[in-house]
Amino acid sequence: MDNLLSIVTFTPALAALILALFLRGDDKAAQQNAKWAALFATTVTFLISLAILANFDPADTGFQFVEEGEWLLGLKYKMGVDGISVLFVMLTTFIMPLVILASWDVTHRVKEYMIAFLLLETLMLGVFMALDLVLFYLFFEAGLIPMFLIIGIWGGKDRIYASFKFFLYTFLGSVLMLVAMVAMYVDAGTTDIERLLTHQFGSESFSLLGVQIVGGMQTLMWLAFFASFAVKMPMWPVHTWLPDAHVQAPTAGSVVLASILLKMGGYGFLRFSLPMFPVGSEVMGPLVLWLSAIAIVYTSLVALVQEDMKKLIAYSSVAHMGFVTMGIFAANQQGIDGAIFQMISHGFISGALFLCVGVIYDRMHTREIDAYGGLVNRMPAYALIFMLFTMANVGLPGTSGFIGEFLTLMAVFQVNTWVAAVATSGVIFSAAYALWLYRRVVFGDLIKESLKTITDMSRRERAIFAPLVVATIFFGVYPAPILDTIGPSVAALVGQYETALAQAEAALQLASN
Amino acid sequence: METIILFAPLVGAILCGFGWKIIGETAAMWVATGLLFLAAILSWVVFLTFDPTAHPGGHYTVSILRWIESGSLSTDWAIRMDRLTAIMLIVVTTVSALVHLYSFGYMAHDDNWREGEVYRPRFFAYLSFFTFAMLMLVTADNLVQMFFGWEGVGVASYLLIGFYYRKPSANAAAIKAFVVNRVGDFGFALGIFGLFFLVDSINFSDVFAAAPTLAETQLSFLWTTWNAAELIAFLLFIGAMGKSAQLILHTWLPDAMEGPTPVSALIHAATMVTAGVFLVCRMSPIMEFAPHATAFITVLGATTAFFAATVGLVQTDIKRVIAYSTCSQLGYMFVAAGVGLYSAAMFHLFTHAFFKAMLFLGAGSVIHAMHHEQDMMNYGGLRKKIPYTFWAMMIGTLAITGVGIPLTYIGFAGFLSKDAIIEGAYAGGSSYGFWLLVVAAAMTSFYSWRLIFLTFFGAPRGDKHTHEHAHESPMVMLIPLAVLALGAVFSGMVWKKDFFGHTNEVAAFYGIPYEEAGAHGEGHGDGEAKADAGHGEAKDGKGGKGGHHYVFAGQPGEGALYIAPDNTVLDDAHEVPKWVKVAPFVAMLLGFALSWLFYIVNPSLPGRLAENQRPLYLFLKNKWYFDELYDAIFVKPLIGVGRFFWRKGDGNVIDGTINGVAMGIIPFFTRLAGRAQSGYIFTYAFWMVVGIAVLITWMTIGGGAE
Repeated sequence: MDNLLSIVTFTPALAALILALFLRGDDKAAQQNAKWAALFATTVTFLISLAILANFDPADTGFQFVEEGEWLLGLKYKMGVDGISVLFVMLTTFIMPLVILASWDVTHRVKEYMIAFLLLETLMLGVFMALDLVLFYLFFEAGLIPMFLIIGIWGGKDRIYASFKFFLYTFLGSVLMLVAMVAMYVDAGTTDIERLLTHQFGSESFSLLGVQIVGGMQTLMWLAFFASFAVKMPMWPVHTWLPDAHVQAPTAGSVVLASILLKMGGYGFLRFSLPMFPVGSEVMGPLVLWLSAIAIVYTSLVALVQEDMKKLIAYSSVAHMGFVTMGIFAANQQGIDGAIFQMISHGFISGALFLCVGVIYDRMHTREIDAYGGLVNRMPAYALIFMLFTMANVGLPGTSGFIGEFLTLMAVFQVNTWVAAVATSGVIFSAAYALWLYRRVVFGDLIKESLKTITDMSRRERAIFAPLVVATIFFGVYPAPILDTIGPSVAALVGQYETALAQAEAALQLASN
Repeated sequence: METIILFAPLVGAILCGFGWKIIGETAAMWVATGLLFLAAILSWVVFLTFDPTAHPGGHYTVSILRWIESGSLSTDWAIRMDRLTAIMLIVVTTVSALVHLYSFGYMAHDDNWREGEVYRPRFFAYLSFFTFAMLMLVTADNLVQMFFGWEGVGVASYLLIGFYYRKPSANAAAIKAFVVNRVGDFGFALGIFGLFFLVDSINFSDVFAAAPTLAETQLSFLWTTWNAAELIAFLLFIGAMGKSAQLILHTWLPDAMEGPTPVSALIHAATMVTAGVFLVCRMSPIMEFAPHATAFITVLGATTAFFAATVGLVQTDIKRVIAYSTCSQLGYMFVAAGVGLYSAAMFHLFTHAFFKAMLFLGAGSVIHAMHHEQDMMNYGGLRKKIPYTFWAMMIGTLAITGVGIPLTYIGFAGFLSKDAIIEGAYAGGSSYGFWLLVVAAAMTSFYSWRLIFLTFFGAPRGDKHTHEHAHESPMVMLIPLAVLALGAVFSGMVWKKDFFGHTNEVAAFYGIPYEEAGAHGEGHGDGEAKADAGHGEAKDGKGGKGGHHYVFAGQPGEGALYIAPDNTVLDDAHEVPKWVKVAPFVAMLLGFALSWLFYIVNPSLPGRLAENQRPLYLFLKNKWYFDELYDAIFVKPLIGVGRFFWRKGDGNVIDGTINGVAMGIIPFFTRLAGRAQSGYIFTYAFWMVVGIAVLITWMTIGGGAE
């Protein structure tokens, strides 16, 4: 199959189109049809995407399954995956059927809801596969529209405020990224990412408005991309949109946001910032490391005092993304391996944690921690699953949560021991807030009258969690499938990064002599 | 066989925890227990048949599965079998198997649960899971796998301390145990990162081989430059402090007594808490090159032994007395490891596992008899009611206080192992350690006998009804006590030679290469002659070097322990002055006499003394106010900081700035915010399209996409 990637990417969109065109009415039967159609489409997408994984050759560090063509106005359509992106594609196709399954109880505008999620899947997959700057930008920005709609239409009370905040943040970042993309095109004369990866952007320092810009063009472009990716991650201090967005989003929206959308920033750093602007990364790297370390401690402490379950998990997500940015800009094999692993693993774990909140939210319609207590008495299966993911969230060895944290910390120790020490202290705080949450919600005696009739998880709910449980434990015990897949590409990335730095260094020496 | 030992408890945990609905409660519990006994029997076979000389370097490795591989980092799931592992295998599986058996009786009826609630399979599954994690810890062949076990036992401990999940105190204690341990893990993890940075591997074999180089490497860490070996040793020891409840990080252990008593016996006495000691012994090749770090270990261990003993003097909860006693005994082990006498540290770990597990299980039997009353002030005169338990506790007490015949090797287990440590502290030149340990020995004797006297002697106190119904425990609880009693009596005498014999005996046991003194080097003739004449009066440490038959001669990594050739503490310890050897015995008698005076002869004395010395009494009773101190300087401020970051940092500063900037510069948005949600979403889409349009225009002007 020559256009496997396009098939995977556009299958959900096709399903969305079919739903939009042919599904009429809003009665029970139509709603049911919409759900089944969405579940079917996402499952088929996942099954087809397995063919990507099966035919993917990890030893080849270039792009594979590449498709090229022309579309509108002479723009290029180019898709492809390498070791860095292929697992994000898999993560997306893996999570989406679970997300649809978790939305089974939606009753408000079901057809539109399913269409939004299906379009979202197409756009997210496009981000991870696009090999053309314009295409990437299109997918990257357009992906936010369905997310706005999901929060804005199916969200909670303060959804307007939350999506406005989300909009403000992303908009500012995107404008800067767009400017940088134009500059890149001017400089390199192409929008082909594969070619941009080998293009050397200028790194001679110059002075702008009296400020000495070390690393020159590269640093400026790096900063412009950073503005966009840092918001998406999100990194401290531009993270405050995330807790609000999570709190207002419906459960499925939170899952997609945490599991997949947050990874776009990390992927962007790996695809653009590090390989295209090595000097810029070198110059700004220490700043990122420190922002990451601060994020880990700061947001962990903030998580400690939250009263809303979703907010707590959202802050915990910010802390975990701190490990990702720290690993990426440690810029060595363990760091980047760890960062990618952390992103994949966080996809399972935080997704599952938001689903855990969803399970009890569906029953009690509150996310307030104080409204719960003693759930273990009536929900033993829920208690078990929540415990597993709580432990995975605090990075217990044997779960996938451990490996990413461990590798990124190990990596950053080689670069900066201060950052390593500050970030490692995060393991103490994460244990504190996660166990404290669990204790207040699940343990204790069941006293509250409202909870006396609460029921344990249904078969559907268990079916949603089962794949996540398996993935979390399996990759914790045997991470080789992931590490083997990304290893060679990461090694190539690190190699190129170091070569580029050495060349820039040499050029600088030459210039000064 | 090693693989079966390792995985039998895991299989048991899974079958018991998930399978009880199918095979029934009792069958599930028997499956877990049966698999544990299988593991225990195989462990003894391994221990007794293990021959270090049969394997190069005194160890062999069984690989199981690949684990984390990233660049030059390569770790497997694997078993490293050497003498250290073998010792830990029998300690862990034996105590665990007996505790499983004991729990059939102890957990049979529990008032914490309601009618029809199933809790026993869960309890057994946790116990088995704990055992698996602990075995992972001791069999690890690299530091990450050890860290897996390390955290795994932490989780098991968390689950078991919080087993009575309805009790707020149990929940709080469980979280405290986990979080305080994480503080230790913070150091442990940094130690692992540091080792990888320095050695480019975290497999034990590579790390050990690199130890001499580390001693000569400088590492810049945080604010200054450190000697690499010292820094790594220190960081790893922080991990050990957490797990083994040493001073500063000890506060979780007494609270951990919220868990059911069999848990305390298994986890918080015999196995998990000794993991720190095991870690220090396992890392002996690094420790031997880190004189300052080991000096710190000695001082901290001795201080802990003293501190915990003082607190133990005044506690009235029977389990807390034993908990502080454990804390104190762990301090002894660290002193031994700190002065370089790793074999004696392992000796005390080994014997302590038997007698302390027995004391806890005995205490459990008392609690069981007294309907879950734990305050010793409500005991008294139980000797006749529960005679078997009484005798078990007596044997445990004789063992822990170190009863034996001075200047011989005949005595209860603690007599041999504890005295070995005290002699080692003297020989190692730590007079601070020596004197604190001797004083602690007197206090150990005092509080141990106090426990016996308050519980079994005198007149019954407290609820009359409870006393009338006090009953001896069933056989499933008494049999484990009997087996452990054997260990408490004989384990010291039987294995003394291996753990604390002469250099050649210890070396052979651990598989460490050794050679005759004077095989190389000068002028040992004089010393040889003296040694041949038997153990004459000891010379001081340095001069006595010539007085040894054999010296350790291994390279780091050869044998289960590394003992540098210039480390002669072992032989020196055998040649300490007689008064040093007798000192712990005298201290023990003193403690016993005082206890007898206080609680048998004149029972009103303790109350009067507490009145007269009120501040001191309160200071000890409140555990030197550590909990209050930590609450004031860590817990409350951190929560305050968290709240400050949230409200002020996120709320005012970040959101304030961003909203301010947005609202100020682009008032346009202010109006947008008030509109219906669709408004700005489409505005956003619009801006994006504009962006694309600009880009396309630019490219077209610039001459097409290519």
